[in-house]
Amino acid sequence: MSEATPPGQDPPGGAEPDEAALAGQQRLQEQVVRTGMFGTETTGDTSGYGGLQVRRAPPPSSPRPYGSYFDEVADALATRLEAGGSGFADAVERVVVDRGELTLHVRPEHLVEVARLLRDEPALGFELCGGVSGVHYPSDAGRELHAVYHLLSITHNRRIRLEVSVPDADPHIPSLVGVYPTCDWHERETWDFFGLVFDGHPGLTRIEMPDDWKGHPQRKDYPLGGIPVEYRGATVPPPEERRSYQ
Amino acid sequence: MTTDASTAGPAGPGPGAGSDEGAEGRVYNVGGQDWDEVVRAAQQAGDKTDTERMVINMGPQHPSTHGVLRLILTLDGETVVELRPVIGYLHTGIEKNMEFRTWTQGVTFCTRADYLSPIFNEAAYCLAVEKLLGIEAEIPERASILRVLMMELNRISSHVTAVGTFGLELGATTVFLYGLRIREKVLDVCELITGLRMNHAYVRPGGVSQDLPAGALDAIREFIGVMPEQSAELRSLMDANPLYLARTRNVAYLDLAGCMTYGVTGPILRATGLPWDLRKSQPYCGYETYDFAVPTRTGCDAYDRYIVRMDEIDESVKIIAECADRLASAGPGPVMVANKKIGWPAQLALGLDGLGNSPDHIAHIMSQSMEALIHHFKLVTEGFRVPPGQVYAAVESPRGELGCHAVSDGGTRPYRAHLRDPSFAHLQALPAMTEGGLLADIIAAVASLDPIMGGVDR
Repeated sequence: MSEATPPGQDPPGGAEPDEAALAGQQRLQEQVVRTGMFGTETTGDTSGYGGLQVRRAPPPSSPRPYGSYFDEVADALATRLEAGGSGFADAVERVVVDRGELTLHVRPEHLVEVARLLRDEPALGFELCGGVSGVHYPSDAGRELHAVYHLLSITHNRRIRLEVSVPDADPHIPSLVGVYPTCDWHERETWDFFGLVFDGHPGLTRIEMPDDWKGHPQRKDYPLGGIPVEYRGATVPPPEERRSYQ
Repeated sequence: MTTDASTAGPAGPGPGAGSDEGAEGRVYNVGGQDWDEVVRAAQQAGDKTDTERMVINMGPQHPSTHGVLRLILTLDGETVVELRPVIGYLHTGIEKNMEFRTWTQGVTFCTRADYLSPIFNEAAYCLAVEKLLGIEAEIPERASILRVLMMELNRISSHVTAVGTFGLELGATTVFLYGLRIREKVLDVCELITGLRMNHAYVRPGGVSQDLPAGALDAIREFIGVMPEQSAELRSLMDANPLYLARTRNVAYLDLAGCMTYGVTGPILRATGLPWDLRKSQPYCGYETYDFAVPTRTGCDAYDRYIVRMDEIDESVKIIAECADRLASAGPGPVMVANKKIGWPAQLALGLDGLGNSPDHIAHIMSQSMEALIHHFKLVTEGFRVPPGQVYAAVESPRGELGCHAVSDGGTRPYRAHLRDPSFAHLQALPAMTEGGLLADIIAAVASLDPIMGGVDR
């Protein structure tokens, strides 16, 4: 991949630019998240992949119409949000439709309001919450920690997903226990594994790890330790430092 | 409903729970078989009044708590005032481990989560991976039938274990033996098909690990031939047994609103009268083409959950019979996706010393096709890459909705794989089902939830 346009393929002035070329140019603007192929940094990479640069994919955002029942859900939610005083764009950062699933990226301060509407509004009717799942993206500066809620509507037989992202420096998300009491343990688990703090949770304590455990094990920066097997001065490195395909 | 007070508090005391330090009131260390001493000591203490409450640890090593589940009980006599379930004793870091293995190897880990329904863990995970890859439509028909077949066999073995241990915990050893006798037969069939009795790693991204071995269809037919009689025998011990009825009728009540509140699904939800079954409502693996019913009851109690489970066994037998007919009439065919960049290259064969690599396949890659060898090597060492994104795939496990949230960053390993285990959600409902009831009913309540701690703690 070179930034210069190959000779002979210069788009003549005035003609509409190639879409793929534009997408490629945009991709080149993105931050490099990884180099090389095997995660090696200390020794020379003789594989020929040493110069490979992998750039971060831009945050996807789907345009209307979303298809399936997704437009209906978004419309009903927007109507109710506007009636309640806050606009759809204020509460929902972006909407992603991918692989037949709808994800609403909700701003943390509006999460409880959105969840309550999704549960109580008859046109939406998401009665059942499948819980919270945390994801840690250390390379996503300013939005490292994500909490993903899986909602199910038995009334309409629909599923949607809410996603909230917060910075690592201030990992606070309002608790959904008041709306979906089933989130109680799931939020404790997400706190335990990712260090996400759910404000308003009735008792945010560790649930899987021992009470006096240090750190949050499912974060990507959690040190895994290695097996201290020494052979002629070398030790087995921990899994995240080993050479491996990426 | 008793929602707030029961689940609100922080579960579990601080780190000093085992010692007297920091504890309020008098502490007795009980080692078993010394209840008389405890009662005597409590009576002699002099501070006993009618309002005195006793805090008791039930578990984590207790034969009636279905594995390493710890219940902290506050008792007023025989009445349960407060119950706090404490989990985490079987946490093995399955989700974290999966992040350091290829997508295919992930199956070997997630199958160990809910160890009584391994095939469902595998299926939920593989459906998620296939959704990420966008190859749902390419899964061979035969692989889907085999998945359904294995899932339904597994449902039977899980349900009979649930019912059998239910009986055992209430004091009926015979029921346990009858239940485990059926499970033994299922495990024999599973061993014949997958090579393992548990933790099969049979369902793989793209299909299943191997086709039916010779004689498997006969074994399945023999099993479904004896199954109705054996399940009827099991039912004849329980259905109208006055002791069993007294222990389970109107015990551990949880209605529809309670189920929605706590995210409870599966037989517990269907025992409230709601016919919600993902196999019908959001079909996967071709379940929409099978003929089966969704049994429901309206009692919302432990007895009706048992009846729902037994009725589901009969429906599963019907599905298995249909699977066997389809497999027999369809004849041999591929069981792994045709895409050579994804489909696991090795075919397995049953040798004299057990299941192993197929000699034909070894001969093919070692002496006939260099490309096949390269593909085999790349897939086994490196694995396949999965386009970035996230999906949630859910299956109806014997316990309820088992979901898999899989996230890919475009690499050869899961960036994050989370199993939404039904038992995890169900245990939260335990205080609502038992507080205000009798101590003995806790046993029936836990058994009727059928929690598997391997799945709860992962």
